[in-house]
Amino acid sequence: MDLLTLLQLLDSTLRLATPLLLACLAGLFSERAGIFDIGLEGKMLASAFLSAAIAFTTGSVWIGLLAGVGASLLLSAIHGVASITFRGNQLISGVAINFLAAGLTVVIAQSWFAEGGRTPQLAGAARFNPITLPFANELRDVPVLGPIYYELISGHTALVYVALLIVPLSWWVLYSTRFGLRLRAVGENPAAVDTAGISVIGLRFTAVAICGVLCGLAGAYLATALQAGFTKDMSAGRGYIALAALIFAKWKPWPCLWATLLFGFLQALALRPDLITSTLGFSVQTQLLDALPYILTVVILAGFVGKAIPPRAGGEPYIKER
Amino acid sequence: MTTTTTPSAAPAIELKGISKSFGPVQANKDISIRVMPGTIHGIIGENGAGKSTLMSILYGFYRADAGEIWVAGKKVEIPDSQAAIAAGIGMVFQHFKLVETFTVLENIVLGAEDSAMLRPSLARARRELKALADEYELNVDPDALVSDIGVGMQQRVEILKALYRRADILILDEPTGVLTPAEADHLFRILENLRREGKTIILITHKLREIMEITDTVSVMRRGQMTATVKTAETSPAALAELMVGRKVLLRVNKTPAQPGAVILDVADLNVTDDKGVHRLKGVSLQVRAGEVLGIAGVAGNGQSELLEVLGGYARATGRVTMNGRPIDLTGRSSDGQSRRRDGIAHVPEDRQAEGLIMDYAAWENIAFGYQNDARFRRGPLMDHAAMMQDTVDKMGRFDVRPLDPKLAAKNFSGGNQQKIVLAREIERNPDLLLIGQPTRGVDIGAIEFIHQQIIALRDQGKAILLVSVELEEILALSDRIAVMFDGHMMGERDPATTNEKELGMLMAGMTGDPGNVTVTEIERNLAHAGTGTKV
Repeated sequence: MDLLTLLQLLDSTLRLATPLLLACLAGLFSERAGIFDIGLEGKMLASAFLSAAIAFTTGSVWIGLLAGVGASLLLSAIHGVASITFRGNQLISGVAINFLAAGLTVVIAQSWFAEGGRTPQLAGAARFNPITLPFANELRDVPVLGPIYYELISGHTALVYVALLIVPLSWWVLYSTRFGLRLRAVGENPAAVDTAGISVIGLRFTAVAICGVLCGLAGAYLATALQAGFTKDMSAGRGYIALAALIFAKWKPWPCLWATLLFGFLQALALRPDLITSTLGFSVQTQLLDALPYILTVVILAGFVGKAIPPRAGGEPYIKER
Repeated sequence: MTTTTTPSAAPAIELKGISKSFGPVQANKDISIRVMPGTIHGIIGENGAGKSTLMSILYGFYRADAGEIWVAGKKVEIPDSQAAIAAGIGMVFQHFKLVETFTVLENIVLGAEDSAMLRPSLARARRELKALADEYELNVDPDALVSDIGVGMQQRVEILKALYRRADILILDEPTGVLTPAEADHLFRILENLRREGKTIILITHKLREIMEITDTVSVMRRGQMTATVKTAETSPAALAELMVGRKVLLRVNKTPAQPGAVILDVADLNVTDDKGVHRLKGVSLQVRAGEVLGIAGVAGNGQSELLEVLGGYARATGRVTMNGRPIDLTGRSSDGQSRRRDGIAHVPEDRQAEGLIMDYAAWENIAFGYQNDARFRRGPLMDHAAMMQDTVDKMGRFDVRPLDPKLAAKNFSGGNQQKIVLAREIERNPDLLLIGQPTRGVDIGAIEFIHQQIIALRDQGKAILLVSVELEEILALSDRIAVMFDGHMMGERDPATTNEKELGMLMAGMTGDPGNVTVTEIERNLAHAGTGTKV
């Protein structure tokens, strides 16, 4: 495998890891605040559909993005009301959101566009287009560094860079700000937060809202950057993979990046069976390659990657005691 | 008493006619108290007397239906905890409100940050912590994780939290429930320091000894009402107990010297390793004879629980245990609760809510449970409900369980009555050996008296009793011999007539030697490392 092929592989790793990373960070905020969110998948799907639909209708991907985030936020609000206000079961609420999104997106897409439950192809300003970073073309011929800059670092859509920036931002928010301290506390021991005179409900709703925004970005990325339009069930389990990555990352921002890059790499590999054949000398069934990220998900969720201790109050509604 | 207040000074805190109902239950009825600044005021009462409700109102968890709260001469409204903090009220809960994965410093700062950025707040807290530590003997390592420090230290963090928020009035709810005697002594020294600096302290407890030891004035609550407020110096434990319960209470257990008979339980070289590979019991040997109480003292988490679990038949162990001379299976098929009962062992577990009872089951189901296969409870393949019900009513009557309603779910009884249900079930089976763990944890003083009498009565019938308790007072009152456990070892045996709390405290901290040469601080330092302390 030559440098260029490797860079191309890593390049698509980055592209494929982006929605996982955004969803993983979304889950990070929610779960660190003690709200388990199995509905990342549904929120991404809803955002993917609405962002594509609105981007097609208005011709502007940015308005589409806003609409996608709005759709995701709406589902977050439902999850919040069910699990924070009414102290319902967080898993059930999440599953309900996934079903709701899977069904509604296709039905609305069909009645809106009548193209078999998909949106029309997006083009031009209705899509996120690659950004060529400054001097990328000029530096292209510099040995080694040039190709790395041109192929790997430059030429992604805006959301890829945004996602990468959110990693240090999340780390900073969680560990260096008052809000982060309180957010982490409310996921560990909400009673401590409550007796300190801070609103547990307010903090948890804020966390769920952040989760909604990030899921919205992830969904919009799927439909308007990675692909050119919405197709049925296009999130394809990415919400669940993000959850597995979150556990793998032990609920910490930087490890979230590494974990989702690993999953992204496996997905990128599945797209290039020819590379496997040429490197290993024998061919691996493409179905097996496609299944790899999901197999890794199962392995991680089954707890084979060491002890991951979730936030202690995770999944439990807070009831004020006497 | 170091109060220097003049009669004209405003009370630090004054409640006027506070009432609060939950549905038909009146938790607080027209309660009024005045607490002067720079004093320690005790509030004593049985479980359910309304102490916690009153304090929840003061800390903004509940709003009173009627009444006024005055702080330092000004009427205040306390709709939430934030308002309580602003009024200078700090609360140390019985169950600590700490984030275990945070450091001490982060816990102290949480909710009292100066700005949106953490760093300056943490720096200021670090400086203030040092000052507070010097001033009040409140030493803690600011960078230690809360999960790594002992309960006594965690409690200090709670006090520091309140002081950091500039609390002038500190409310402590059952503060010594989880502490060893030495830790409790240290806490009292801290409280005295705080009083000297002019802080006002409200101490809620059901332990008469603490009230007598440290408070200046004391209020007694019974059934939602304040029955009396007196100067501590002018009252006595017996008088307070009578005010609490509403009748005369025996504070000492009346018992005659034991008449030990044959060895009933013989344990030799018992070893237990738990799921995490931690060696919990390390070669424990002991004997219990007919007609005696062997008390096992120790800080929670030093192997006492495991000992009870093995003998009760629900943990695996290696070693040799005989009951009435017959060996007991510790690992095989007949190592379970049912076989133990057949061997003549009855067990009142340490945690009645998790192990002793099924909280959602009715009293009659709980009393029949474990014995549902007895011939008298069966009609062919079916259970004989009527027989079970009658049996329950009889037992509840004999053990004075209130309310006498066999169909009431276990969770709706008070702690003392729950414990009586478990005791009735186990004792009335006429076992040869009774294992009993923490018999009076969270139990009212009136019920404590009854439970202690039952244990001694059983002993006097010639039964063997193995008592595990973290309450030294209880161990000293009931035991005929005292064994101390530390880190899975037996530290040795003492005669309750000749030993004292200090000597036992040393053994509980894993120290041997002459008690005269050891300071309380040393004992404390060792105790902080003894056991997890959290597995209570």
